[in-house]
Amino acid sequence: MIKLSATGGRFKKLSGLSAKIAPSHRWLVRALIRAVSVVFCVVVAVFFIIRIVPGDPAKMILGQYATPQAIESMHHRLGLDLPIWEQFIRFVQNLVTHGDTGTSIVLGTSTRTLIAERAPVTLLLIAMASLLAIIVSIVLATVAATHKNGVLDHLIRILPTVTLGMPIFWVGLLLIIFLSVRLRWFPVGGVGQGLGGMLYSLMLPAITVAFAHIPTLVRSLRTQMLEVLESDFVVTLKAAGIPNRVILVKHVLRNSALPALMLLGVNISYLIGGTLVVEQVFGIEGIGSLLFSAISNRDFPIIQGIALYCAISVEIISFLVEIASRFLDPRTKGEL
Amino acid sequence: MKSIQLDTQLQENRKGKSLLKKVLNTPPLLWGGMMFALLIGVAVFAPVISPYQPSHQNLFAILQPPSTKHWLGTDQLGRDLFTRVIYAARTDLSIMVLAEVIPFCTGVFLGMLAGYYGKWIDTLITLITDTLIAFPFYLIVIIVAFASGAGQKGIYITFILVGWIVYARVIKGLSASFRKQEWIAAAQTLGIPGVKIILRHLLPNVLPQAVVVLMTDMVGLLVAIVTLGYLGIGIAPPTPDWGTMISDGQSFIATAWWLSAVPGCAVVYTGIALSLVGDGLADIWRRK
Amino acid sequence: MMAPILEVEKLSLATRSKKKLVSNVSFTIGRGESMGLVGESGSGKSLTLRSIIGLLPPGIEQVSANIRCSGRCAMIFQDPIGALDPLCPVVGQLAEVVAYNQKVSRKASRKIAFELLDMLGLPASLKQKDRYPHQLSGGQCQRIVIAMALACKPDILLCDEPTTALDVTVQHQILEIITRLQKELGFAMVFVTHNLAIVSSMCSRLCVMKEGQIIERGDTLTLLQNPQNPYTQRLISSVLPVPDFERRPVL
Repeated sequence: MIKLSATGGRFKKLSGLSAKIAPSHRWLVRALIRAVSVVFCVVVAVFFIIRIVPGDPAKMILGQYATPQAIESMHHRLGLDLPIWEQFIRFVQNLVTHGDTGTSIVLGTSTRTLIAERAPVTLLLIAMASLLAIIVSIVLATVAATHKNGVLDHLIRILPTVTLGMPIFWVGLLLIIFLSVRLRWFPVGGVGQGLGGMLYSLMLPAITVAFAHIPTLVRSLRTQMLEVLESDFVVTLKAAGIPNRVILVKHVLRNSALPALMLLGVNISYLIGGTLVVEQVFGIEGIGSLLFSAISNRDFPIIQGIALYCAISVEIISFLVEIASRFLDPRTKGEL
Repeated sequence: MKSIQLDTQLQENRKGKSLLKKVLNTPPLLWGGMMFALLIGVAVFAPVISPYQPSHQNLFAILQPPSTKHWLGTDQLGRDLFTRVIYAARTDLSIMVLAEVIPFCTGVFLGMLAGYYGKWIDTLITLITDTLIAFPFYLIVIIVAFASGAGQKGIYITFILVGWIVYARVIKGLSASFRKQEWIAAAQTLGIPGVKIILRHLLPNVLPQAVVVLMTDMVGLLVAIVTLGYLGIGIAPPTPDWGTMISDGQSFIATAWWLSAVPGCAVVYTGIALSLVGDGLADIWRRK
Repeated sequence: MMAPILEVEKLSLATRSKKKLVSNVSFTIGRGESMGLVGESGSGKSLTLRSIIGLLPPGIEQVSANIRCSGRCAMIFQDPIGALDPLCPVVGQLAEVVAYNQKVSRKASRKIAFELLDMLGLPASLKQKDRYPHQLSGGQCQRIVIAMALACKPDILLCDEPTTALDVTVQHQILEIITRLQKELGFAMVFVTHNLAIVSSMCSRLCVMKEGQIIERGDTLTLLQNPQNPYTQRLISSVLPVPDFERRPVL
């Protein structure tokens, strides 16, 4: 882009954004515009969370027997006494300057601090679950695709039909019943001390979250690998005497990895949502439990903060995944 | 006159027969349909099947293991678990079906609009769906259900707000691909107005796919209803609901694990039935 | 005739659902000889090649076969761009094949790969910079695929319509390369195509296939000038202005 503006001085007269941007960069600009507008809509949606409450949110917070004065001061505190456009400007201002959605009504602490305190456990859990889901899916999909129409292949094909209706929290409970209560392999809940203890106590929750995603991941990855396995270049490599094992690892897996990465980017939103619920099952003090305590305390700013941070992280992750997948594919790398 | 009537009747008979034949030739649809019919039957005839009332407490017989008297045992208040599971099917299934009506209609309609007209309608609908998809599904369900008040009303509002997205996305892609086909262009050159093309020609073509999506989406909806019940912001007790039952049983997993396991199995059973039906319908549609 | 290097006897192929695809195909090829396999699409030519090298597509089985091959096989394909891994630099792929077939070190394999590039008249720029299949033309990709086949040091080269997907001018270059290499390296060749003009210039013997069977075979010139089977007659009259054999280019 820099090169272009240096050599193409004479194009300056053709002002306007699209004229200055090399065609190959246009997708990036389009993706950025999309991401920014989605983030803006997310902010608007979060702003309206408190306002879709039927009746008066202040009454909902303070209960039925609140005095009119108390309700009025709550209105003031939530900024509900101002005209709506001013409320929105304040909301955005606060967001930009403090990075939060106000202070917690019950605790009086900034929502950003509260979320930052709880985030590490949740992020660790999400990371563990994603890693587990990827590893298990790749192994299962490889076995299924290389042994097409075998027993495991058939099992994997019917798996999503069975697991689609499994509530994630129920899966967690079953795992607790069998692996923790019966076999005593894992703690029933809570988070252990130190990194080792933390990883150990988060194993079962991570398995639960991963379990919900493995069936669909495996199914798509299997289809993807079968497509690659039957493609011409695999036949060429086989004909040229490259051992099957090497073709599988060096060529087939790499070619299936890109769509798998995209798929994970699409699924990250579901993964986060599942994590929030699973935290509740295992009594983990993360973002999920913060959300539920905020819900029982009717602590709107915290709820807004969590919604905002989750949605923005999802948006950033899918944006990064798009860039990464273009970067990893030599066919589109040149366009970066 | 008579002969014409007979003719149409014959045709209808034949139509009915070929439909039955199709169902019989599609094992997933047949099995899924039978499983679902059984479920509906049990839910409808719950009072006939079970001698107990779902909320009848018997504090002298709490947390009993399965026996001939109580097929699946009793819960912490001495209520018969089997009775509660089949009565909960009534609650959960009826909400599942009712909550799906409005999202299905709006989603299909908006999807067709976006796919057919493209341009700014498409951009707008895409922006809204992208925004709503950025929020983790359970997060948005939990927040909206909580903010709009716990209970059935909250569930309905939640799915009116977010349930249409799935349909809109699928139908949009499908409509856009139909849009490029020649018969639509032909209809346009004949001067048929867009609305008429959408309702008369596009709708019948996208509907089968929408119904396939409906089947899997109902499973997702049921799981969400149950999850809300489990989290205490769904159906309020004492109305029997699988989610609250699982949550109630959680305190007793060490001693009476079936209290949580059984209602969950009911959800999984429903899920299998509906996704089999969906797979079968998709098969039939693809064969066409 | 020279000692046969490849003997195919009573080859029959069928799908899992017992649909016959190829039945009772037999032929032999001597060292350094080249044979054409001609027929319409779907006549089982490509499947015959695939079963010689043992790479049948999934779902197709050998019902009966007796294939005796006393040498190494290599194969080149119809779609050169699809025949290369899109995520892997072309020279890297070539070097990989060299390394596995000639059991040499990574560095040495790269050197041999460079030599093969020169042999096929590929531009030197490939040596300096990593190039991916999508950056090359169809003809260049086909040269890479041929180089990969040569890296196997083949005694028999199986060609599955190697020029069908290419431009006419490029077709000519590729055919020239194959003919030259055959002269230099002396491998035998089975050449599958539906283009009789190509066959007449490449192959000394010819088999005509229809619906999975060989319906006519013989010396190329005799067969083309005096076809016996009505199908062969139709094939010749539909494809050709019959080539002027007197002025056939001597390659």
